[in-house]
Amino acid sequence: MEQITFDQLKEELFHEKMANGLEVYILPKKGFNKTYATFTTKYGSVDNTFVPLGKNEFVKVPDGIAHFLEHKLFEKEDGDVFQQFSKQGASANAFTSFTRTAYLFSSTADVEKNLETLIDFVQSPYFSEKTVEKEKGIIGQEITMYDDNPDWRLYFGLIQNLYQNHPVRIDIAGTIESISHITKDWLYECYNTFYHPSNMLLFIVGPVDPEKIMNQVRNNQAAKDYKDMPEIKRKFEDEPQAAAEKKQVMQMNVQTPKCLVGIKALHVDQTGREMLKNELTMNVLLDLLFGKSSDYYYELYNDGLVDDSFSYDYTQEQGFGFAMVGGDTNNPDQLSERIQKILIAAKSKGTFTDEQLERAKKKKIGAFLRAINSPEYIANQFTRYAFNEMDLFDVVPTLEGITIKDVESLAEEVIAEERFSVCQIVPKK
Amino acid sequence: MNASEERMIEMQGYKLHVIETNKYKTNTIVWRMKAPLTKEDVTKRALLPQVLQSSSAKYPATTKLRAHLDELYGATLFVDLAKKGEYHIISFLIEIANEKFLSDPAPLLKKGFELLAEILTKPNVSGSSFDKETIEKEKRTLKQRIQSVYDDKMRYSNARLIEEMCKGEPYALQVNGDLEDVDAITAENLYDYYKKAFLEDEMDLYVVGDVKEEDVRKAASELLQFENRTPKQAPEQEVQKRSEVNEVKEHQDVKQGKLNIGYRTNIKYGDPDYFTLQVFNGIFGGFSHSKLFINVREKASLAYYAASRLESHKGLMMVMSGIDNKNYDQAVGIIHEQMEAMKKGDFTDEELTQTKAVIRNQILETLDTSRGLLEILYHNVVAQTDIKIDDWLTEMGKVTRDQIVQTANKIDLDTIYFLTGSEAGE
Repeated sequence: MEQITFDQLKEELFHEKMANGLEVYILPKKGFNKTYATFTTKYGSVDNTFVPLGKNEFVKVPDGIAHFLEHKLFEKEDGDVFQQFSKQGASANAFTSFTRTAYLFSSTADVEKNLETLIDFVQSPYFSEKTVEKEKGIIGQEITMYDDNPDWRLYFGLIQNLYQNHPVRIDIAGTIESISHITKDWLYECYNTFYHPSNMLLFIVGPVDPEKIMNQVRNNQAAKDYKDMPEIKRKFEDEPQAAAEKKQVMQMNVQTPKCLVGIKALHVDQTGREMLKNELTMNVLLDLLFGKSSDYYYELYNDGLVDDSFSYDYTQEQGFGFAMVGGDTNNPDQLSERIQKILIAAKSKGTFTDEQLERAKKKKIGAFLRAINSPEYIANQFTRYAFNEMDLFDVVPTLEGITIKDVESLAEEVIAEERFSVCQIVPKK
Repeated sequence: MNASEERMIEMQGYKLHVIETNKYKTNTIVWRMKAPLTKEDVTKRALLPQVLQSSSAKYPATTKLRAHLDELYGATLFVDLAKKGEYHIISFLIEIANEKFLSDPAPLLKKGFELLAEILTKPNVSGSSFDKETIEKEKRTLKQRIQSVYDDKMRYSNARLIEEMCKGEPYALQVNGDLEDVDAITAENLYDYYKKAFLEDEMDLYVVGDVKEEDVRKAASELLQFENRTPKQAPEQEVQKRSEVNEVKEHQDVKQGKLNIGYRTNIKYGDPDYFTLQVFNGIFGGFSHSKLFINVREKASLAYYAASRLESHKGLMMVMSGIDNKNYDQAVGIIHEQMEAMKKGDFTDEELTQTKAVIRNQILETLDTSRGLLEILYHNVVAQTDIKIDDWLTEMGKVTRDQIVQTANKIDLDTIYFLTGSEAGE
């Protein structure tokens, strides 16, 4: 077991790679009641074309299957794993993103029992035709719920504008039509391909004894028979650099219009330190332009174009990425024009001062401290970083190293009208 | 278990609550102001904290204040409104990094206090009026905030249930006030209200983090002093049991129907059977092992979510679920059956033990976040009680099957609200 110490943050991290390839991390948090554990596979909604384990040909699976599998893994021959967790005083959950599926629990007692339950239920699938059919009603309602949610529609609408071929444009839960094609055999095929321990990471954070917990995981894994697994082959179609659509306007049952401007990212082949630096620099750039202390934000607010729903965000993963800026507005066309103008203006040198940059960096460093109060943040983000070969605990030193030149050259490169797109939601007439 | 030690100190015009802990990398300062919920004041109270945080004497423009916050290692400042029972509560929250974890050792906590005092006590005022431009901007934003509830159908249907159920009671008011009352607010009358609120509201200051009580007390007494007051009590609401269930259907262009059912529990925080009610809610609909989740979602596949929650200070329980428009009768039927089962004591001992374990876990987890801890502690201010978290855990552990059945039989169904996209629900 490897031990890593972070002096400034006064945290310690323990790590071991199991014989079957599973990565295990433990971060002890003294003084906390809660232990939080996530068991995550590097498999999400975008992994829809791949070579199944033991086969030679690529297959394309129905949209929404990674999320469907997440739901179905909780059901076993003798009942529901939720019940098991609550008998042990724990609360369990799971989520599926574009690139990951995570199973988790939190509990303040019986941590070892709950950890055993988590690992074992994820590692023992049980799918039957009957339960697969039953789940279609439940997930159908989940999909309909999102269909009525204008913010979700706006967000996905923008992604679909930006991406032409990449499966990031497919809704994570799929559609009622696409999930109707899911069968237990499809689920097993996905499970067997992506849930091998060598494609997974277990993170435990809480008031635990790392020695003891690592030992427990080691014994648990040693008792299971996993064969070595060849590298997973995934396929993604080529994606042009430019945005697929310039603009999309959707009509919905809302009172206030919504507008989001997106930029399709560059460098989506990065990993490791390079990716971390790019991602953080992009975040700093957006903060400088649209943060609440920026002049641009102040002008937009004064002119009545934005309210407190205004926000901005940057996402970067393997093969796709985007920045998004916007919110509720009474004048969606004017807002999208102004945001694009602000972005274009940021390309010219001398837009930002050293003082502004230092302030933006301080803000991000403080936000990081606040975030690591949260066991959920630590486990989920650490996993996301690790799957991209980055280290969560490099965030502060990397931020400290960002210069005006870094921000300027990123702005110059990434901001381009051909990669812009706009999505708006307006009230139905 | 480490039940957090809350120390309370009477200050001039408010109570200071200090919770010393070294769990966090940040320190949290929360200022709360509580007053009875009234139609006359609620909209002003929704606007007031927004005006105070967006323009003070030292930071007349939001940009300057926000730059200062960034400078303080991204200290966060935000305001929040809540309805608890018949009270309206304004909160100002500041979370600021603990410099122990930064390479720059300049102390930050005192700066947080100074900032809070600046915002609360030194607004941007000329004569007897707030800055007019600020008021106009914030009124516009408030209108949008009130309207935005309509666009989020889950929030909308919940707000509509309360409106229908509590018609004529202060609790029917929306937390952000009334759209129609925004225009009448002026820079002058809001300034008058500001003075009144700081003279009459019940005010509490909470500080959580790696702090020393003595330092906190010193900083607070230096920077924050108000007139002493006797807090106003909201008048007790007499609610008559309905002779017939109030069924409301509303049609809108939605794909999924939103079913919200309101019950009067007739039990409030501080009542002897409050802990029993919590266990009741846990078995009935609070969790993913509860009757609602199992029967509406898992067995009948009607919904993605089906849950119940309590409004502890008002004595309400609300069930919410998103269903297909055509499944209204079936879903309502299943929910009624679950309530009947509870009233007859039709639940296993295992459900009971399981629920207690999960509630205990939930409370202990809540204590791990500074904001969760404050929410739990603030119950005592609203209900004028002095219930320790340890007592809460012990009392809940003692709840028996008979008590739950008795409690279940006190609960009255009041209103069924359905937001539906089609005529199928008729």
